[in-house]
Amino acid sequence: MAKLNVNGKPLDVKVDDDTPLLWVLREQLGMTGTKYGCGVAQCGACSVHLNGEVQRSCAIPVGSLQATNKIVTIEGLSRDGSHPVQKAWATVDVPQCGYCQSGQIMAAAALLKKTPKPTDTDIDAAMTNICRCGTYQRIRAAVHLAAKGGGKSGASTAQKKA
Amino acid sequence: MTSQSTTLRTPKVSRRKVLAGGAALGTGLALGFHVPALAKAPEGFRPMAKAAGTEVNAWVVVGTDETVTIRIARTEMGQGTLTGLAQLVAEELNCDWKKVRTEYPTPGQNLARKRVWHDFSTGGSRGIRGSQDYVRKGGAMAREMLIQAAATQWKVPVAECKAVGGAVVHEASKRKLTYGKLAVAASKLEPPKDVKLKDPKDWTIAGKPLKRLDTTDKLTGKQLYGVDIKLPGMLNAAIKDAPVIGTPVKSYDESKVLSMPGVKKVVKVNATTVAVVAETWWQAKKALDALPVVYEDTPNAKVTSADIAARLREGLDAKEAFVGNKNGDALAAIAGAAKKVEAIYATPFLHHACMEPMNATALVTANKCEVWSPTQNGEGSLAAASEASGLPLDKCEVYKMPPGGGFGRRGRQDYVTQAVTIAKQMPGTPIKLIWSREEDMMHGYNRPITQCKLTAGLDAQGNLVGFHARISGPSIVAYQNPSVLQGGGDIRMFQGFWADPGEAQIGYTIPNLLVEHAQRATHVPVGPWRGVNTNQNAVYLECFMDEVAKAAGKDPLAFRRALMGNHPKHLGVLNAVAEKAGWGKPLPAGVHRGIAQHMGYGSYSAAVAEVSVDNRGRVKVHRMVLGVDCGVAVNPDQIAAQVEGSVALGLGAAMYQELTVKDGKVVETNFDTYEIMRLAAFPRVETVVVQSGGFWGGVGEPTICVAAPSVLNAIHAAIGRPVRSLPLKNVDLRSA
Ligand code: FES
Ligand code: FES
Repeated sequence: MAKLNVNGKPLDVKVDDDTPLLWVLREQLGMTGTKYGCGVAQCGACSVHLNGEVQRSCAIPVGSLQATNKIVTIEGLSRDGSHPVQKAWATVDVPQCGYCQSGQIMAAAALLKKTPKPTDTDIDAAMTNICRCGTYQRIRAAVHLAAKGGGKSGASTAQKKA
Repeated sequence: MTSQSTTLRTPKVSRRKVLAGGAALGTGLALGFHVPALAKAPEGFRPMAKAAGTEVNAWVVVGTDETVTIRIARTEMGQGTLTGLAQLVAEELNCDWKKVRTEYPTPGQNLARKRVWHDFSTGGSRGIRGSQDYVRKGGAMAREMLIQAAATQWKVPVAECKAVGGAVVHEASKRKLTYGKLAVAASKLEPPKDVKLKDPKDWTIAGKPLKRLDTTDKLTGKQLYGVDIKLPGMLNAAIKDAPVIGTPVKSYDESKVLSMPGVKKVVKVNATTVAVVAETWWQAKKALDALPVVYEDTPNAKVTSADIAARLREGLDAKEAFVGNKNGDALAAIAGAAKKVEAIYATPFLHHACMEPMNATALVTANKCEVWSPTQNGEGSLAAASEASGLPLDKCEVYKMPPGGGFGRRGRQDYVTQAVTIAKQMPGTPIKLIWSREEDMMHGYNRPITQCKLTAGLDAQGNLVGFHARISGPSIVAYQNPSVLQGGGDIRMFQGFWADPGEAQIGYTIPNLLVEHAQRATHVPVGPWRGVNTNQNAVYLECFMDEVAKAAGKDPLAFRRALMGNHPKHLGVLNAVAEKAGWGKPLPAGVHRGIAQHMGYGSYSAAVAEVSVDNRGRVKVHRMVLGVDCGVAVNPDQIAAQVEGSVALGLGAAMYQELTVKDGKVVETNFDTYEIMRLAAFPRVETVVVQSGGFWGGVGEPTICVAAPSVLNAIHAAIGRPVRSLPLKNVDLRSA
């Protein structure tokens, strides 16, 4: 039995303590936006925010978490895709297959929270998730765009950040 | 403005509208079914062609709300084909792009309608070039029928009516009827026998860098992939094929795991494979890891990479080989040449490593087999489902899930066969099979390992008078589909060396030429990997060309140009990248250029790379300019995206990747040992889309093959010696 706080909701989950948070999110909680790519903390497809820091949820046994740990998943980043990172991603048309993108977006959101105006070097250091489709150039552009507060969700309506 | 931006701006409204109209939206199909905040597959989640509205023809459904749903037969796996095909149909249809939706018909629907949607298979960069003609005709015919319907209603000649932006107008009387109001009448008309397709120069939707149609859900976690399926009563399966490839299971002791939490069943899937079925996948995987399995002894267990290399090496000088291209007498010309250049190159086995591991979900009952399949070949999945379930094709159905990467791997149906085989043993229970990353890495269909011996002869003036290439290694066709070998040989081994124009022609005219292949199979399964043999062949040909140019004392670009007079399209794209990259212009200290060109998949590609190598031998790729001439460009921004992606895959492989074999097993079982290129290493990539027109070439694969050789040639320029084996991580690149 684990007590979790996911996207602002306290939850009780009946599950073995050694189950990785990734699989609890996906299987017990039905939040499938967080993806399995490697299971060994290499690819970042499973990235979530844990107390505001980006973490690879495949490497976090659920038993190591407490109800005070605040977990945010892609489903909780914004209600409707209006987070500045999501908007920038849409403007730059980043995704190809899209499978890695939840993780990329969570990593970028965490980076921008800490470093609102990242340099290319900051981006190199922070954005270490694998994208097998090779969307890296657009990821870099979209991070810069989000940092500038850009990223319109409509071509004719320059929206303010949500 | 695109529908993408529209849906983002008003996500709730559009979603509600979709629900109200009952319309399904292709890859965004899941949209209408989403439970807010959670991407749960609802009960009865069966994505198929079922958009609300009137089907004007198989490709076009028009709703009373003026939405136009375009049916897409090919698989979207990231390569942008879905958007490109929709652009082509919408262009001919003269509809409002903002109203366009898409959906996949199922393979079962295609079968029931006598393959009205043609081929579903998505490989060989054929998604657009292979279907552009009939999908454009589908759009044009629907347009003509809508015009006819309006003309009939107004009792005016058809020639006085025209279709603009989703409506038919009669200018003389200033009348206008939208497609939504005409669709029912139009659908009852006889389709026109023939239609004239637009000249691409008149396009307003196709040919434009429009945003993708399938982005929104990929930004919020709502996009449902195969691994995300959840069906009522579903159980999960984890699977293990023999680590020593091809080794039968002798025994396993299921009593050790049956009492573990959640475990329901242990299943022997085939001679070499066992699976555990449990409530959750994590429980299944834990039990599978704990399951004692004993395997038979096979000779495969003795094979190592060194054995494979030796076997290939023997093929380089073996007497027998299959000739792929020949003119003049290369061996005599080289023997009599003033100067001889010789080199042996080698490239390793490579794995696809799609981000989403292989998976499929199956539900089998006494008289029906359903499969949710992330596949590049929906009809292949249908055939596999029928075979594994023992049910006829018309009792089977496949719901195509958007694959999290394909790159050729998902043309195989092994995971579908497995899922159905397991589900058949538990009738009425949906089974979701997911491979672990380790399983995925150990049981791929890998890019073939090959070696190549190249020999060239130069005359006293440094002209190339003879060229001989002998490739040695396994053939994909011989492994997967031996019945189509031509005269015992696999002509695809020679991609980019072909004499024939149109698909994969060599871009050089050489007076005496011989290209051959000695087939040397191994026990490691092989399959098409994005770009297939163009990858290895472009490294061999283009890196060796630089060696020969150097021996001739000539600039690599000038040396190539002199051989390309009869190949204007190859030359055109080479010149385009050379110009854009500023070939010959000064570079910052320590930075060097390399160039390469090649042809595959009906398109011409070239690249220039700017590279530095530091005194510890570390490579930095600063900038790459890649060009592709695919004849007609359907979406230049998506072409650029494919070019960028091809650099990540092709260059990443050249830098870090090899699949090696020890004791018959794959050694690299996860990303800690099979390193993938990450953002920091990705160079600045500039894409030049050359549109010489008049032909339709592929886009997904053509440029990948020039990524590695352009960088290798720049490294050669930097350190003064060629690199002849990959990956680079194994090569000492320090300057001598
Ligand atoms: S799945 Fe967690 S890092 Fe790859
Ligand atoms: S978009 Fe496909 S893996 Fe990143």
